[in-house]
Amino acid sequence: MAELNQKERMKIKRHDMPNQDPLVRRRNYDEVALGYSEATAKKEAERCLQCKDPKCVQGCPVGVLIPQFIKALREGDMVKAVEWMKVKNNLPAICGRVCPQETQCEGNCILGKKGEPVAIGRLERFVGDFELAHRTCPLAKAAPTGKNAAVVGSGPSGLTCAVDLGREGHKVTLFESLHGPGGVLVYGIPEFRLPKRVVYGEINYAVECLGIDIKIDHVIGRTFTLDELLNDYDAVFLGTGAGLPSFMRIPGINLNGVMSANEFLTRVNLMKGYLFPQYDTPVKVGRKVAVIGAGNVAMDAVRCSLRLQTLHSRKTNELPGEVHMVYRRSRDEVPAREEEFHHAGEEGVIFDFLTNPVEILGDEKGNVKGMRCIRMRLGEPDKSGRRSPVPIEGSEFEMEVDTVIMALGTSPNPLVFVEAEGLERTKHGTAVADPETGRTRKMRVWAGGDVVTGAATVISAMGAGKRAAADIDKFLKGEAPWQ
Amino acid sequence: MYKILKKEVLSDIIKLMVIHAPHVARKAKAGQFIIVRINEFGERIPLTIADYDRDAGTITIIFQEVGKSTMQLGRMETGQEISSFAGPLGHPTEIENYGTVVCVGGGVGIAPIYPIARSLKEAGNSVISIIGSRNKDLLFWEDRMRAVSDELIVCTDDGSYGRRSLVTEPLKELIENADKKVARVWAIGPAIMMKFVSLATAPYNVPTTVSLNTIMIDGTGMCGGCRVLLEDGARFVCVDGPEFDAHKVNWDSLLSRLQFYRKEERAAVEHWQHKCRLEGAPEEGGK
Repeated sequence: MAELNQKERMKIKRHDMPNQDPLVRRRNYDEVALGYSEATAKKEAERCLQCKDPKCVQGCPVGVLIPQFIKALREGDMVKAVEWMKVKNNLPAICGRVCPQETQCEGNCILGKKGEPVAIGRLERFVGDFELAHRTCPLAKAAPTGKNAAVVGSGPSGLTCAVDLGREGHKVTLFESLHGPGGVLVYGIPEFRLPKRVVYGEINYAVECLGIDIKIDHVIGRTFTLDELLNDYDAVFLGTGAGLPSFMRIPGINLNGVMSANEFLTRVNLMKGYLFPQYDTPVKVGRKVAVIGAGNVAMDAVRCSLRLQTLHSRKTNELPGEVHMVYRRSRDEVPAREEEFHHAGEEGVIFDFLTNPVEILGDEKGNVKGMRCIRMRLGEPDKSGRRSPVPIEGSEFEMEVDTVIMALGTSPNPLVFVEAEGLERTKHGTAVADPETGRTRKMRVWAGGDVVTGAATVISAMGAGKRAAADIDKFLKGEAPWQ
Repeated sequence: MYKILKKEVLSDIIKLMVIHAPHVARKAKAGQFIIVRINEFGERIPLTIADYDRDAGTITIIFQEVGKSTMQLGRMETGQEISSFAGPLGHPTEIENYGTVVCVGGGVGIAPIYPIARSLKEAGNSVISIIGSRNKDLLFWEDRMRAVSDELIVCTDDGSYGRRSLVTEPLKELIENADKKVARVWAIGPAIMMKFVSLATAPYNVPTTVSLNTIMIDGTGMCGGCRVLLEDGARFVCVDGPEFDAHKVNWDSLLSRLQFYRKEERAAVEHWQHKCRLEGAPEEGGK
């Protein structure tokens, strides 16, 4: 294609992502977004204006060299595109699928001012998938330094940190409490949004290339304490995430049929409950499900519930049930990624905005039979800048439900703080760490990701893992001693 | 992978296994539990630690075959391997010298009460133990329990061995006997037994500790499926327990939550037995 001028580039319309049809995908767990073809990816890449001062890069928590990789992509040099990508991002196939691009790179794209931004996330995914399939960019490993590091947790921050440290030639041991690596990428994010083959592809490759030792079934704080790790390792990175679910403080939360989104998603994703009884772990949703919350986790819970209901009704020839998303604020405050919200709507979720449960009601056997809710209105802006929900007096009503899934956010797991003298914590339970270096108040211990920030995004955790790895590397090489 | 080094059949449905898991054995203490997953299709099941050997790097588990996973595990043999084994989880028992203590073990609960009784004995307590089961065939470790107890009372529901009674009867007699001065009670067994032990000791204000075994997935505080209602709110059995003050537990809620997956548990057993018949019984656990 002849070189286009800026005006011509701006005339090209953003390319839609091909998706599985909503009615079909409700019956399966296959990936919803099918990915760009090479031709579409190239055409989309033509839209990039190659800004001198690219705002998109500023919006990226890891500073991916966006104009560079897009330029290589549209010139058809995929090997080069991967190289540019990997300068800043080890896991593009994952980020391209789960990043909230609309508030990051794409939110900053200059094209978005008047029209639609370049589909940076979809292009990133295209490059990531190319690399997964072709492995053109082997992870080079520096000569062994003789230093070792323990990375606790194998989710986004831990994986990123482990890979970067491994590349620098340090001996890395990755500790995971569950029976397989991946953390929230595996137990939390469903198959239809992030196929496990993508996650395992990235992990296996890193392990093979860099000789990272993964120890599963090791619960740090119990199997080994942090202080014990410090005896055996030169540096320790904590990427233990925010795994502790919150429950509402209302009557009825212990009834049968009330569960945390963590439990529900772990049963579905990690334990493959949707394949019960071929897999041993059961998961059940009733005919009327209410998911409380409107973040990404809530969307995942909603969409898994819809699929379980549809699959169940096909087996039993019953009509599929209903899945409600109950949120105390309004549509405009929904914190989930735009695409997830849109997909959930397409798949048939019923949104109940400005609604808050005040009590979960049970039958005589202790099973959920309903929820007493109250209508809300938006009041003054709160600390987060969003208008805070205020209950409307006298507006209480009952909603018939048999399953209640709470997706109200999570906090860091306290186990890692057991016998970790000097590792400071905030009153929210998060670890105190320098945002630039990840250094905690405890010598030779770094932390990053949700354990520091509270529940956030995959990419921000990866950014923290990356910054910490850079500082750990300097520390291990004697360039940045502990003050 | 974790190798089964030894298997003992304690009864038709109660099996003992010694598992090679040095990472768990090095810190295991009485009162803690492990999570075991047989193979890649397996569920994660919590089992209380019955014994440990730090030098040999082994953990002893004893389990009753009540569902598909425990049945499958029960059919595995020495030399076979289990795909995951995590722990030690939960808080250990708080061992002190309390004076005279009573340790109650019901059914397969005799296994986890044993290391607690032993530790209490080692700490200088006078230990009176009560062990009970439905019948003689389901009773095990009488010799071990006798070895760590100053006094041992054995009962069966049907009177086929020892005293014909529930464990709560001799327990009440001990508490009412002023000479004994029972300072504390530990009870581990079926939830319904622990509920009645709790009801038995509550009027006398004898501090009573129970070890709860609720539905659990990860065992590290992540899922919250194990939550139990105490007087002052919900707790997670996996990280806040597994031991709790029996008198504060909402037993009706606990018993009801244990029933939640009953239908699926039955379906899993049926599915598995059907598969075993197709492939030729007895089924090897590890496959």
